[in-house]
Amino acid sequence: MIRIVRAEWRKLRRPTLFLGTIGAALFFTGLTSTFLYLMIDSEQGNGDRGRQIGREVLELAGGSVYGFASVGGLLGVIALCVFAAQTAQEYTYGTLRNILVRQPGRIRILVGKLIAMKIFALIMILISAAVSIGISYFLSDRAKVSTELWFTSDGYTEIGKTLVNVTISVVYFGIVGMVLGLLLRSPISAISIGVLWILIIENLLGAVKPVFLEWMPGNQLTLIAQGGSADISYSHALTLGTSYVLVGALVATVLFSRRDVAN
Amino acid sequence: MTSLAISVKDLSKKYDSGFAVSHANFEVPLGTICGFVGPNGAGKTTTIRMLLGLITPTGGTAEVLGESITHPEKYLSRVGAMIEGPAFYPALTGEENLKVLATLGGYPIERVAELIKTVGLEGRGNSKYKTYSLGMKQRLGIAAALLPEPKVLVLDEPTNGLDPEGIQEVRDLLKKLASQGTTVFVSSHLLSELEIISEYIVMLRKGEVVFAGPIQDLFLMQQPFILVKTDSQSDLQKIVAIAEADGHKATIRSEVAHIEGPTDWAGTLNRKAFDAGILITQLSPQMPNLEETFFEMTGEKK
Repeated sequence: MIRIVRAEWRKLRRPTLFLGTIGAALFFTGLTSTFLYLMIDSEQGNGDRGRQIGREVLELAGGSVYGFASVGGLLGVIALCVFAAQTAQEYTYGTLRNILVRQPGRIRILVGKLIAMKIFALIMILISAAVSIGISYFLSDRAKVSTELWFTSDGYTEIGKTLVNVTISVVYFGIVGMVLGLLLRSPISAISIGVLWILIIENLLGAVKPVFLEWMPGNQLTLIAQGGSADISYSHALTLGTSYVLVGALVATVLFSRRDVAN
Repeated sequence: MTSLAISVKDLSKKYDSGFAVSHANFEVPLGTICGFVGPNGAGKTTTIRMLLGLITPTGGTAEVLGESITHPEKYLSRVGAMIEGPAFYPALTGEENLKVLATLGGYPIERVAELIKTVGLEGRGNSKYKTYSLGMKQRLGIAAALLPEPKVLVLDEPTNGLDPEGIQEVRDLLKKLASQGTTVFVSSHLLSELEIISEYIVMLRKGEVVFAGPIQDLFLMQQPFILVKTDSQSDLQKIVAIAEADGHKATIRSEVAHIEGPTDWAGTLNRKAFDAGILITQLSPQMPNLEETFFEMTGEKK
C-alpha cells in the first residue's frame, strides 16, 4: 500500500500541479477572507451570496476561521478537480495498464491513490487555514473587529472543529471527483460535469425551489465545511453527504475492480 | 517447476460483437523468443491483456509461469510488459515516469538510471516525456518493461517508430535477454524482424490460433517455390507449361513465373528450358519466409 501512496505522490508533487493547486486555493482563501473584513460595512454584503456578516459574528470564538469555513466549498471544488483529473488521466494516457501490471490489486490501488490525494488535500487545507487566519487577524484591526475571544481555549476548539469539518468536506468533494473520474474515464468530462453540477445546476435548482438544497450533494458537502446553516443542520449535511459519498464510492469501486482495462 | 512460460487452453474473449479471441491454445517454452503475429484485429492485444490480468476471459484458462491468470498478483512481479505502445505521464520526465513505476513495483530506484542507459536514452532521461519522439517513447516503454528484471517479457509492437538502428538495437537486446533465460513474447508487424529472432511462432487469424509451434515447423508446412525470369513473355508461358507438365503448380505474376515445387527441381527445370531453347535470365529457388507464410495462413492480401 505504501508503495502506491509513494508512487502517486511522485505525480502529485510536480511543481505545476502542486503550486498551481495551492495557488488557486490561496487565491480563493485570500479573496474570501479579505472581502469578509474589508467589506464589513458594505450594503452589498461581505459573505457568501451577498449575506451580511456583522462584527458580532466575527468577534465570536470561531471568528478567526469564519472566512476559512466559508471558502471550504471552493477548496472542495479544487479537490474535486484534482482528484478527478488524477484518476481519469490514467485512462486517457493509458497509464492504468502500466499501473495494473505492476500492482494488480485494484482496490489497493484505489485506496493508495486516495490516501496520497488526501495528504495533498490536507496540505492545501492547512496552508489555506493558516493564510485565512493570518489575513483575518491582520485585517481585524482595520475592520474594528475584536479578536479577544479568538485565541482562548474556545477559540482554539473552534479552529480545530473547523479544520476537521473543512477536511471532511474537501475529502468528500475529492472522492466525488474520483468517482466521476472512474465512471467517466475522461478528466475533461469528470471535471466539467462535477463543477457544472455543484456550482451551477444545484444553485439554479435551489433558486427555483429552495427545498431542493436540503438534498443536493454539493450543498451538503459545502455545509459540512461551514458546520451547517440556519436552514440545514450540520448533522443532516454530514449524514446525507456521507451517504452520497459512500454510495458513489461503492459503485465506482465495484466497477473499477471488475471492469476490463481495454485502453 | 514448469518448463512453460505461457500456457493457454481454450482461451476465449467474447464481446457483444463476437469473439475477439476464440478457443485459443498454445504454449511458449521458457527461455525462448516467441513471435506473436496476426493481422490487425486478430486478437493479439486482447490475448496479451488477458495474460496480464487486464481483461477477464469469457472462457478457457491460461497460465503464466505456472500460475493461473485468475491470480495475476502471483506472477506479475516476474513479468515485464509493454502493451499497445508506451503510455506515460506527459508532464513527468522519462526518468520520473520510470521512478513512479519502480516505486509502485518495489524495484530499486537505482535501476532507473541503468535502464535509461540500456535503452539508449542517456542524456534525455531528464526531459519531459511529452518532448520525446515516437522512437524515444518506445525506448522508454521497453525500459519500463525491463524494470522487474522479468522472467517473461511481453512486448506489443516494440519496434514501432524506431529507425533501422533502433530496430537492430532492440533485436540485439531481445536476443541478449533470451540468452540470459528471459522468455520474450513479442508481437510485431515487422515479420522479417520476427523471422530473424523468433524460435517459436503463434499465429492468430480472426481470434483463432492458426499455428503455434517452432518456426521451422511452420516453414515445413509451406511449399517451397522457384522464381523464374525470362527475356520474353512467351518464354515465361513455356516455363509454366514445362512446370505443369511435371505436375507443379505455376503462375505468372509481374513478369515472373512462380512455380510451387521442391527447390532441387530448379536444376531439372533449367535443363528442360535449355533443351526447349528458352533463355532463363533468373532462376531462384526460395524457401517460404514468415511474411509469405503469414499471408498464406491468414488469408491476408499481400
